[in-house]
Amino acid sequence: MGTMRYIIQRLFYGLILVCGVVILNFFLIHAAPGDVAEVIAGEMGGITEEMMAEIRAQYGLDKPVIVQLGLYLGQVLQGNLGVSYHFDRPVTDLIWQKAGATILLALSAQVIAMVVGVTLGVLSSRKPQGILSGFVSVFSTVGYAAPVFWTGLMLVILFSVVIPIFPVEGMVSARFRGSSFDYILNVAHHLVLPASTLAILFLAQYARLSRAAMIEVLGADYVRTARAKGLGEWRVTFHHALRNAVLPILTIAGIQFGNLISGALLVETVFNWPGMGRLAFDSVLRRDFPTLLGVLFFASLVVVIANLLTDLSYRLADPRIRTGGR
Amino acid sequence: MLMKRRTLFGAIASVVALSVGIATAEPRSGGELVFVSGETPRHMNPAVQSGVATAIPGTQLFASPLRVDENWDLHPYLAEAWEWSDDGLSLTLNLVDNAVFHDGVPVTSSDVAFSIMTIKANHPFQTMFGPVEAVDTPDAHTAVIRLSQPHPALLLALTGALCPIIPEHIYGDGQAVRDHPANNAPIGSGPFQLAEYRPGEQITLERFDDFFIDGRPYLDRVIYRIVGDAASVTLSLESGDADIGIVADASSITRLGGVDGLTVTPQGFEGIGPIQWIAFNTRVEPMNDVRVRQAIAYATDTDFILNALMRGVASAQTSPIIASSPLSDPNMVTYPLDLDRANALLDEAGHPRGDDGTRFTLTMETVPGRDAALGNIPEYLRSQLREVGINVELRASPDFPTWAGHLASGDFQMSMDIVFNWGDPVIGVHRTYLSSNIREVIWSNTQGYENERVDELLDMAGRELDTDARASLYQEFQQIVGEELPVYWINALPYHHAFDDRLGNPPLTIWGMMQSLDQVYWTEDR
Repeated sequence: MGTMRYIIQRLFYGLILVCGVVILNFFLIHAAPGDVAEVIAGEMGGITEEMMAEIRAQYGLDKPVIVQLGLYLGQVLQGNLGVSYHFDRPVTDLIWQKAGATILLALSAQVIAMVVGVTLGVLSSRKPQGILSGFVSVFSTVGYAAPVFWTGLMLVILFSVVIPIFPVEGMVSARFRGSSFDYILNVAHHLVLPASTLAILFLAQYARLSRAAMIEVLGADYVRTARAKGLGEWRVTFHHALRNAVLPILTIAGIQFGNLISGALLVETVFNWPGMGRLAFDSVLRRDFPTLLGVLFFASLVVVIANLLTDLSYRLADPRIRTGGR
Repeated sequence: MLMKRRTLFGAIASVVALSVGIATAEPRSGGELVFVSGETPRHMNPAVQSGVATAIPGTQLFASPLRVDENWDLHPYLAEAWEWSDDGLSLTLNLVDNAVFHDGVPVTSSDVAFSIMTIKANHPFQTMFGPVEAVDTPDAHTAVIRLSQPHPALLLALTGALCPIIPEHIYGDGQAVRDHPANNAPIGSGPFQLAEYRPGEQITLERFDDFFIDGRPYLDRVIYRIVGDAASVTLSLESGDADIGIVADASSITRLGGVDGLTVTPQGFEGIGPIQWIAFNTRVEPMNDVRVRQAIAYATDTDFILNALMRGVASAQTSPIIASSPLSDPNMVTYPLDLDRANALLDEAGHPRGDDGTRFTLTMETVPGRDAALGNIPEYLRSQLREVGINVELRASPDFPTWAGHLASGDFQMSMDIVFNWGDPVIGVHRTYLSSNIREVIWSNTQGYENERVDELLDMAGRELDTDARASLYQEFQQIVGEELPVYWINALPYHHAFDDRLGNPPLTIWGMMQSLDQVYWTEDR
């Protein structure tokens, strides 16, 4: 199948998937008890029945759910994700404002996890019974088993109480005033703990996977041939073996992207990172349906695109896939 | 109560300084103040949105006609003088003549009239300006508020976040004020103007140079920093990332009390008057029997709740009006722990013990997200009420709307609840006890309580301008509800301000942070 045709087909499937996600989310969210009028009543210390009715009418909550869904889908098709009940501003504005923080966090964690994880995996694969290999195995098991919010809380305690060297909330200091370069440093300083927390989970998986893949590949005939030709060990490991072991790592990177985003949502809540996760979490509690639906829509879109890019990257990494195995 | 560890002399000096509401050093200009909060405001216009989260930035952006100090005494603000008519049916406000909004437009009496009528039409506290018929504007700096009946709560309703003066030239454009775009980019006449707003993250306010009080505000900047939860508030204060914040749980209060350079005090919440109580649905069996409600009160050890569960940080509350209010009755009937009396009342009410020792089963609602911080009172009551043969089943709602739905629809027997007085009983107390306010919305008379004499007393107290006569009416009201217990008051919520010691004139009036910070300053460089 030609690459372009393949992309179009995948985009079509992706579109159907995203539509399904939107409809499912819509019904799930509307099945929750209570609505925004009650939340606003709570925030305001009580309001009149008339005001509650006005709020419900203002947000269309007095209409049947199926009508609300129709109106919502109509809006989405026009690129309008509605207006946040809580912030009284367009959801797309809020998402664009918060998406950068989430993407920064997710990509930073992904890079840390892949670079450190694969490096550890490759190094430990060279001596499968060695100390480093044992360490990687233990670290991987613990890192994978520990819930991400627990890891985050432990890091908060460690770096706020025991060794207070990293900020534990927010993306930029409240008092920050300075140049763009200072701003980058300030954000990087705030990014260390949340990105590390998220990376630990995935780092463990990459380390385990790359270790297993490398052990298998290092025993292959062509690696033995490369060594017999007198190539250096580093060249054999990183050029010949790693290149052939990288496919399962790429597969996992793509599949895990959805998990990475959902992990980011949890980490944002722990570290008060001002991204979409924090926004989604607060929106659930506030019954801010348009915002929550918007975040879920955006997240599903990102996951679909990430999976598509992963599939395309296979085709680049392994010509057999591109040629249909001929 | 000051929690900070310090020398005896230092503690005494601080108590004296706080009690007289003055700073110990000359005011200095400059610096910024970071307030940390776990609450996210919907927007910044308190004219159409109540609640602490909106009130704190809102009172920096918008000035009000009057302000109030820590002794409940009123002071001029936008109104330099005020005068009641002899019949108590009109109040004349004389406005300062040099006040301007942040866009340079002068503040006039028509802005005052527009604001009061907007608040009356849109604010959830309908009783605040309920009796206001109109606001006359004989000249640009005189506003006459005309009333249908005397309204003793009016002066307090003109203070702080209850009466922000909003610009008519912006909000009077025909759009609904409740969701007006200017609510997210407000123009007021307060001491600070909006510099940056990142929803859910931070509000940065900068000094308004043309503020109508010379030399004020002292601070260059006020930052409202929004963090995720109470633990993050505590961490921010402890680390010095924030200068002032509000904490309400025993562990945070105790922890911050031990931090050098921080003062932790319960002062500054007299206005909102937050009361925690057990609400009884008086329309359903067996809660419709006053003896059952009294038996539960006698079986509840409030000393244990205050000292063990809440670790001594909360104060007792025995009446519907917050104990720090001059209208609170100090001689309320009380219900000390007395299991024999509780058992006798339950026997008398026709609820004998069954073979397993149980008289009946009650369902108790818990306020989501609050109980861990406030001592898990429902868990305690479950074991304690078993002592008198009442089996309590807890119903924990996952979130606020679910819990609020149960109470509003009357689908409950007993629930923990937290309700604010909001300064004057007319605003925050009447709503719980008036039979005319039995409605399907949260924090109305969801208990379904009806007593004709109570209705009569509250109606009279809501019209009485004489303070002593009013106090007497409220005293009788408090005695009646103290006997009939539509709710059982446990404690004042342990809200505490925690702030940097170097802060001069900290915001500790009855409205705390919900009033202009123009008088706050740093005594030394931060």
